[in-house]
Amino acid sequence: MAVCVAVIAKENYPLYIRSTPMENELKFHYMVHTSLDVVDEKISAMGKALVDQRELYLGLLYPTEDYKVYGYVTNSKVKFVMVVDSSNTALRDNEIRSMFRKLHNSYTDVMCNPFYNPGDRIQSRAFDNMVTSMMIQVC
Amino acid sequence: MPPPGICYHPLSSLLEFQGASFLRLCSLFLAPSILRDTLNMSPTQWDFPVELCCRPMAFVTLTGLDVVYNAVHRAVWDAFCANRRADRVPISFKVLPGDHEYPKCRSKRTSYEWYIPKGILKTGWMNKHLNLVPALVVVFYELDWDEPQWKEKQSECATRVEIVRQSLLGRNTKVAVVLIQKKTPLPPGEDVIASERAAALCDACELSGKSLFVLPHTDHLVGYIIRLENAFYEHAQTYYYTEIRRVKSHKEFLNKTTHQLLFVRHQFKIAFFSELKQDTQNALKNYRTAYNLVHELRAHETNILEIKTMAGFINYKICRLCFQHNTPLDAIAQFRKHIDLCKKKIGSAELSFEHAAWMSKQFQAFGDLFDEAIKLGLTAIQTQNPGFYYQQAAYYAQERKQHAKALCNHDASVMYPSPDPLETQTGALDFYGQRSWRQGTLSFDPSDPEKEKVGILAIQLKERSVVHSEIIITLLSNAVAQFKKYKCPRMKSHLMVQMGEEYYYAKDYTKALKLLDYVMCDYRSEGWWTLLTSILTTALKCSYLMAQLKDYITYSLELLGRASTLKDDQKSRIEKNLINVLMNESPDPEPDCDVLAVKTAQKLWADRVSLAGSNVFTVGVQDFVPFVQCKAKFHTPSFHVDVPVQFDIYLKADCPHPIRFSKLCVSFNNQEYNQFCTLEEASKASEVLENLTQGKMCLVPGKTRKLLFKFVAKTEDVGKKIEITSVDLVLGSETGRCVVLSWQGGGGDAASSQEALQAARSFKRRPKLPDNEVHWDSIIIQSSTMIISRVPNISVHLRHEPPALTNEMYCLVVTVQSHEKTQIRDVKLTAGLKPGQDANLTQKTHVTLCGTELCDESYPALLTDIPVGDLRPGEQLEKKIYVRCGTIGSRMFLVYVSYLINTTVEEKEIICRCHKDETVTIETVFPFDVAVKFVSMKFEHLERVYADIPFLLMADLLSASPWALTLVSSELRLAPSVMAVDQLESHVDQVVLQTGESASECFCLQCPSAGNLEGGVATGHYIISWKRTSAMENIPVISTVITLPHVIVENIPLHVNADLPSFGRVRESLPVKYHLQNKTNLVQDVEISVEPSDAFMFSGLKQIRLRILPGTEQEMLYNFYPLMAGYQPLPSLSISLLRFPNFTNQLLRRFIPTSIFVKPQGRLADDASIAAA
Repeated sequence: MAVCVAVIAKENYPLYIRSTPMENELKFHYMVHTSLDVVDEKISAMGKALVDQRELYLGLLYPTEDYKVYGYVTNSKVKFVMVVDSSNTALRDNEIRSMFRKLHNSYTDVMCNPFYNPGDRIQSRAFDNMVTSMMIQVC
Repeated sequence: MPPPGICYHPLSSLLEFQGASFLRLCSLFLAPSILRDTLNMSPTQWDFPVELCCRPMAFVTLTGLDVVYNAVHRAVWDAFCANRRADRVPISFKVLPGDHEYPKCRSKRTSYEWYIPKGILKTGWMNKHLNLVPALVVVFYELDWDEPQWKEKQSECATRVEIVRQSLLGRNTKVAVVLIQKKTPLPPGEDVIASERAAALCDACELSGKSLFVLPHTDHLVGYIIRLENAFYEHAQTYYYTEIRRVKSHKEFLNKTTHQLLFVRHQFKIAFFSELKQDTQNALKNYRTAYNLVHELRAHETNILEIKTMAGFINYKICRLCFQHNTPLDAIAQFRKHIDLCKKKIGSAELSFEHAAWMSKQFQAFGDLFDEAIKLGLTAIQTQNPGFYYQQAAYYAQERKQHAKALCNHDASVMYPSPDPLETQTGALDFYGQRSWRQGTLSFDPSDPEKEKVGILAIQLKERSVVHSEIIITLLSNAVAQFKKYKCPRMKSHLMVQMGEEYYYAKDYTKALKLLDYVMCDYRSEGWWTLLTSILTTALKCSYLMAQLKDYITYSLELLGRASTLKDDQKSRIEKNLINVLMNESPDPEPDCDVLAVKTAQKLWADRVSLAGSNVFTVGVQDFVPFVQCKAKFHTPSFHVDVPVQFDIYLKADCPHPIRFSKLCVSFNNQEYNQFCTLEEASKASEVLENLTQGKMCLVPGKTRKLLFKFVAKTEDVGKKIEITSVDLVLGSETGRCVVLSWQGGGGDAASSQEALQAARSFKRRPKLPDNEVHWDSIIIQSSTMIISRVPNISVHLRHEPPALTNEMYCLVVTVQSHEKTQIRDVKLTAGLKPGQDANLTQKTHVTLCGTELCDESYPALLTDIPVGDLRPGEQLEKKIYVRCGTIGSRMFLVYVSYLINTTVEEKEIICRCHKDETVTIETVFPFDVAVKFVSMKFEHLERVYADIPFLLMADLLSASPWALTLVSSELRLAPSVMAVDQLESHVDQVVLQTGESASECFCLQCPSAGNLEGGVATGHYIISWKRTSAMENIPVISTVITLPHVIVENIPLHVNADLPSFGRVRESLPVKYHLQNKTNLVQDVEISVEPSDAFMFSGLKQIRLRILPGTEQEMLYNFYPLMAGYQPLPSLSISLLRFPNFTNQLLRRFIPTSIFVKPQGRLADDASIAAA
């Protein structure tokens, strides 16, 4: 169960960011923003790898005392960042991966919408619902 | 390792900022108040004791050294303590008097049965073994082996040793004696007295031989000292070894129920002694055991602090040793385990800030250890560096602050309890981590609840005086320095925001503002509007509290803008405040500000209002996102100079309420236009809120306001670009306070480029708007325009007869007709080769106005600015231009006509220069093709000619011109190697050649001698003078020179020519004379024969062999008698030269005729007619 899900544009501005309403929203915004440091570094490190061999899942970006931040980057350099509660040990790497894959699929659906202008903030109900399911579902 | 009591200060870490930012931040941190306080910060309760953090070294005391008055002793001491580098054994030395009282050893316990420990570790224990109880006491004594008063000296020495032993009664401390001697000792065994006396001394002092040393006071002092200290080190190690054994031996007496604390204590002591022994592996092992034991202790609210304190100490030691062993991952794992175990052990809820403080310290200490390890060569990575630990430490420090705020908000009337429950008799605690008011109490229930309450109150009141912000800022700045090092710019920015906010809480608004202002642009440039809004809100509070006008206005402008995520009610409030400020009034305070600070601020604002002076603030908007957007757009990318330049300024406000501006000025690269593009309305400041929706000067939120400007461009600017350099919008009145929003170029701020990109990508259909309104996104900035000249109203025609012929004076007739309504002046014509073509064309093209003479190289390819005069309306003029093209090919010719005309634009008279150009491509061709060939006298083609033998030169001229050509004359100019046989006169004078016609002429020539040259000899030039038949009389004749081909000239040994009539007649004698000339210097043997022919009978020598002398000629005479009429072959003459076998009959046939026309026999009466034929 994720506590925060974010989609970041290629230019590193947020396209979508949602966090659990119980907690300080700003904190998660900062957390996602700072995690881009690691994403940038990882992307530049794998820049040399062949495109088709590239792993989209970036793994654990950095751990904080209370949360774990995971990253994922699409081939068009759109980043997905997910914040997970550290205490939630049920979430293994594989679950996180599949959550990201789901997110990616849903994002692709958004992109396929002819009325969506790439680079605009995502305001799709379907995407919203998918994120909601991710944030409450206990894996 | 810095002393743990002194934290890293922001200055040291932030000094690394580079460039401009460094300068800004430097001034920020040089502000003295916090700097001084931080540096002088005394170790707090939470800092680790010095003895824990230092590296334990064997403790050895030196006695009997008088380092003050005795130079020898001084030198010995210096040698011990100077230059203690890593290669020297780790000993800490101390000089003490011989009768020094060492700490008393308590009597050894024989049984632990009834012993109940009062705590885990005594506070003095580590210091005692580091600095008070030596592993070895060395007694220095000056004594030579040949000392005359040996007995006395020996007993004095023994006494000294005895005194030391007395003082160390009950301890295992070793004693050693060093004799300082003046003489260099003999090699061992040679000095009999020495060994005897040494043995005696050992007996007297009850020393083993291994503990007696001799130190000769000679040149090699340092060498002796090093050997000595190595020996001391061995003794010390033995001492610590026995200590470890001694502590271990206690274990068997312990039981798990009552002695749990002792298990930890003993394990810690073993580990600590191992460290003193420099056995770090075993130390680490024992610390780990101790760590596990400490967590096995039964924890309760009363002892949780003691457990955590000890766990923290042991954890520190373990992490330190792990880093020292270069196993950083072990250190990190241990630390994580430590934190996970202790995180939840909060203890008393009333003192929860203590837990946060302890947690903060754990992280900070680990960060320090990590950083220290990096300085010693460890490499850290982006995701695992000390910064994270400092950051977490700061986080716990913030938590501490919050807890403290919640728990320590006692009324001012609450007095600090007296007597102070935190005071102890000794001034310090007996055991680490215990409460001063119930030291040594093991009971889990506070024996005296009242005392407990007072104690807690005392701690809470003390916590109130802690400056938390200072601690937080220090930790944050440590973290910033680390993240900067490990490429985490965003993390760095985030921490700086936190620092700024902490300064804000600490009421240091100047620093807060500087930090926030510094990082704002990072968030702005990446488009994180939520974060930017949050930072701006804090910044606005700071600027309000300091009454910083310009900052206040700037932040308000941005918080009202589209990048701000504030709710409308907040925006309304800010807008209202902004309008108040612009009207020279004080704004309302920002919400959630400190009440006292607000009071101060209100006073400051009141002062600002009364203060006159410069109140114009210019804000460059390109670096932020203000609430007014601006776009400038010229109507077209270019304007003719005779029409007014028009452009629109579009303005849009994003604030919740309409706002009025007082002035709009547009600046251009040519500042003379600025005056025409200023919009100003004389409005009083009080009217700002009235008349809101009317008038141009009012911006209605969400609506795009279009303002049209026009001006007349200057004629000097024709061909130049007019650019808008800035658009300035003035809010407020210039008499009161006003802010000038200045857009660079044609508008646009920090966010607009991205928005424009998105708008361009979008294919969303925009809803239809009324005619006079436009969609903001659909406006594209056009900030520059070109001024181009007025459209000409004349016609330019070219008349000519293409193609041009090479070298002729080609006539181009230019007709210019004016269609203007008024007279045009200063008409100028530029004509010629269009520039920018092949450079060779420029060399070979010449233009002139005068067609009567041929122009040469000196004439230019382009005639510029030929004045033509004035033209009245409808009038036309004609100008002839002659072009001479030296080479064939196509050329572009330009005819450019410019003129001046007076015209009016917007009731303004201007003089415009207009111009019109025409280009024409003209092909140049050769007028005719000339073919020249050499033929023999028989008109047979010649490959080569023979010396002295005449030949013919044939010249054929084929007209290639589409126009008739008149060949005026032709001339053959021979080279010296060729001679004309007869008169050279032209046969083609005044011949007119139509297209495709040709003219030929031939000349008889001969070469006097054979050329030796490989390529033959030059024959000369053929010059044809010609002109177009249509050309007028005064047009000069063109001479075309054709270089004749070279010809190969050969010598021939024998030349034969025949003299014979042009025709014969049947049955009439035909005399033929053959001349044979010997052209060589040799006597030639010649065989001549004549073959009979059916058509002839002949008389003469049929076959003969003769000799011809050099240079002479032989004649052969024959009489042919034709038998048949018609074209008959002559009896063929064949000649063979014995010396020249190459001379064949074939060659011969070139010179002599092989046949002749024979006429039939006529009647005599027809003689006259025959003669005519």
